[in-house]
Amino acid sequence: MTRFALSLASIGLTLLGVSVVVFAILRLVPGDPIAMMLPPGATDEVRANLERLYGLDKSIAQQYLIWLGDVVRLDFGTSTQFRLPVLEVILDRLPATLELVLLASLIAGLLAFTLSILAVWLQTPLATFVIDGLSGLAQAIPDFLWALIFILIVTLFLPNMPISGRFDPRTAQEFSTNFFLLESLVTLRFQAFAELMRYAILPATALALPLAAGITRVLKSSLEEAMAQDYVMLAQTKGKSRLTIVLGEALRNAMVPTIALTSVQLTFLIGGTVLIERQFSLPGIGSAAISAVLNRDLPLIQGIVMIFALIFILINLSSNGLYKLADPRLRKPR
Amino acid sequence: MNKFLSLVAGAAMAANMAAADDSTLAIAYNVSLPSWDGTVGPSAVNPTIQSIYKSVFDQYIDQNPDLTFKPGLLTDWGWNEDRTKVYMEVREGAKWHNGDPVTPADVVWSLERAGNADTGNPIQFLWSTLGNFTVEGNRVEADVLRFDPTIFKWMAFLTAYVLPKDYYTEVGAEGFEKAPIGSGPYMVDEYVADSFVRLKRFDDYWGDAPQFETVIFKFVPDASARVAEVETGASDITLEIPYEEYDRLVAKDGLSGVTTPVSDIGMIFINDVDVMEDPNVRKAAAHAINKPLIVDRLLRGYGVPIDTLQAPQYSAFNADTKVAYDPEKAKELLAASGYSADNPVKFKIQTTRGFKPKDYEMIQAITGMWKRVGIEAEIEVYEIAKHFDLRARDELAPAAFYNWGNSIGDPSTSTGFSMFGPSPHSTWDTDDVDGMIGALWGEVDEAKRIDGYKAVDAYIAENAMVIPLLQFVQPIVYRDGLTVTPHVANFLLPQNVSTQ
Repeated sequence: MTRFALSLASIGLTLLGVSVVVFAILRLVPGDPIAMMLPPGATDEVRANLERLYGLDKSIAQQYLIWLGDVVRLDFGTSTQFRLPVLEVILDRLPATLELVLLASLIAGLLAFTLSILAVWLQTPLATFVIDGLSGLAQAIPDFLWALIFILIVTLFLPNMPISGRFDPRTAQEFSTNFFLLESLVTLRFQAFAELMRYAILPATALALPLAAGITRVLKSSLEEAMAQDYVMLAQTKGKSRLTIVLGEALRNAMVPTIALTSVQLTFLIGGTVLIERQFSLPGIGSAAISAVLNRDLPLIQGIVMIFALIFILINLSSNGLYKLADPRLRKPR
Repeated sequence: MNKFLSLVAGAAMAANMAAADDSTLAIAYNVSLPSWDGTVGPSAVNPTIQSIYKSVFDQYIDQNPDLTFKPGLLTDWGWNEDRTKVYMEVREGAKWHNGDPVTPADVVWSLERAGNADTGNPIQFLWSTLGNFTVEGNRVEADVLRFDPTIFKWMAFLTAYVLPKDYYTEVGAEGFEKAPIGSGPYMVDEYVADSFVRLKRFDDYWGDAPQFETVIFKFVPDASARVAEVETGASDITLEIPYEEYDRLVAKDGLSGVTTPVSDIGMIFINDVDVMEDPNVRKAAAHAINKPLIVDRLLRGYGVPIDTLQAPQYSAFNADTKVAYDPEKAKELLAASGYSADNPVKFKIQTTRGFKPKDYEMIQAITGMWKRVGIEAEIEVYEIAKHFDLRARDELAPAAFYNWGNSIGDPSTSTGFSMFGPSPHSTWDTDDVDGMIGALWGEVDEAKRIDGYKAVDAYIAENAMVIPLLQFVQPIVYRDGLTVTPHVANFLLPQNVSTQ
């Protein structure tokens, strides 16, 4: 219980620190949101009036305290560009981003596990060369460039693959949540699921490839290290096949460093959604973040940063739990 | 290989187009629409999203594609003899998308709301020049509290949308954002922020019925994705793509294009600080720029060199006001102030990069031209928000590149606000120019006002207080079989697209 309370306090303090830094930076860097909405002919009175309406006429400390007081009541303010409550804007878009990240993680995990296990199982120079080469290529090209490459490929060879949006805007969608992929699976609407996947596969793969390469490298070297251990030799003497040893003995020990890397990379993956969502016109938090920054929508930027910070903290906490699951030595003796 | 790829892409596009139906028009649009209330907030003054507003809402007064004015929800308008009152005739038979009639009360409510400082309309200072509204039949009258000769032109410009009084009052601001209704040719069917909006034709629209039953604006901010959208046939039409891509696409079978000079210009703001207080430096900087060369080489000919802040379609354009490309004269002017290629005058020039077509490259070319005559300019790249911040605080560098839109083509909304010192958009603050412009703000005689601005422009050009560069050209690419009427105000209106 004490540990749980300490964790909660730690989360609270981290978020508070993030909020102070973000709030101060947004108000100190050049880029006055009021200046951006001043039309030709606006007078000083117009400017002062808009500053009053958007609460920017007070000192930074006053603005922060007012904002913090509201946030405690889960009121993140109103987005200046969307003219809707910030929390509503974020919650509306969070499902699209989470589904994209989830799908990208699955693709990355699938690719990485397949390639790593293949490399260690086959153990031939050609397999090692091909797999190292592929993962090197995937890692060398950032996600947004993969996105551009996919768009080019689609233009030339796969014209029926959509490159914008989450679904066909010509058709009406009937979902009760914004988790379209998950909802279509849960409600067994496989045709809708397949159609949604057609829209999701390219952005998710673009996002997944660099992550897949990173995981492949760590998992492969961890597996190779594990395969050199005494217990593997013991298993070999028992006549177990190499694939059985890789999957049954080495994989579990190779998981700890892989989980550590994946949790760090996952945070980068979420960061990567910012550009990918924009390139593929996906209505997630990433695209909202870009338009918020471009339009100096301060309440929305603050809200998005806080949500991102919370997600990052939760990922770190989850990865701590996963270490313990993967490595019994890290568990507290009862 | 190229031929093969071209054939594959062509076949793909043909397959997609075959699947497209003529009742739907899909537009790969370059910006997203954040808010449905075009009268308040930052969206209200964003010129790039006005096409969508104009598809759903009516303005008080409308504009033809050549910028001339035509009736919108007002069929007649004007001042009384002594300019103390205005009158407006509200169109009969217009309906809101929920079937209610558009009434003079809606017009009065929209104007009063726009003029109320508490609603956050950025043009409130202008709308508040009218007050004490009265309604008789379909005629609305109001007192002119402060005379502004451009008030009716503004009724076709930013924030000039008529909103439904009863509906808005009933659902509130948030409710309106979620379920907006207007009286325009299309009504909102489905809207997914940052992804798309699907519009349905409004069959009770008072004007000519648009051809397409369904219009989809896909928000595709990435230019390469927009190119792919139209190239694969996933969208029927797109705009704002690089000129190289425009040339490539229109050369392909199945695609056509149109380019139009629009009400958007590229210019170099001059801040009257440091070396820019020396007229010889400013004039030399202006004479050293070969604008036609920039348009030809960098913009592939898609641009119109200009010498004042008036584009040819604007009401105060004067073809006789010229600033010649004359590098020798530039050298002489600099020499008169003690500068030369060996002893160059130095200052900073700010520019955006990737915001407008070839913006950074243009400034690079210009600094190269300047270097030859004895000007050494250091380039600083800034982002849009920083530009507005610095401009409002009058802290731009001595020279700063940016654009200036003016879809109503009035000189007050170009030269007036960009060069009048007290304006937050002006970086030039001198008594001579302020005096000349100041005298024109309330000028009742329209011909005299326009002539006055022509004189101001000539004076500004002669003294190089700003360096206008070019009028931008809007490239639009669309599938064969469509007819697109481009709009000088930079709009892409679905009601102006039809099948042949």
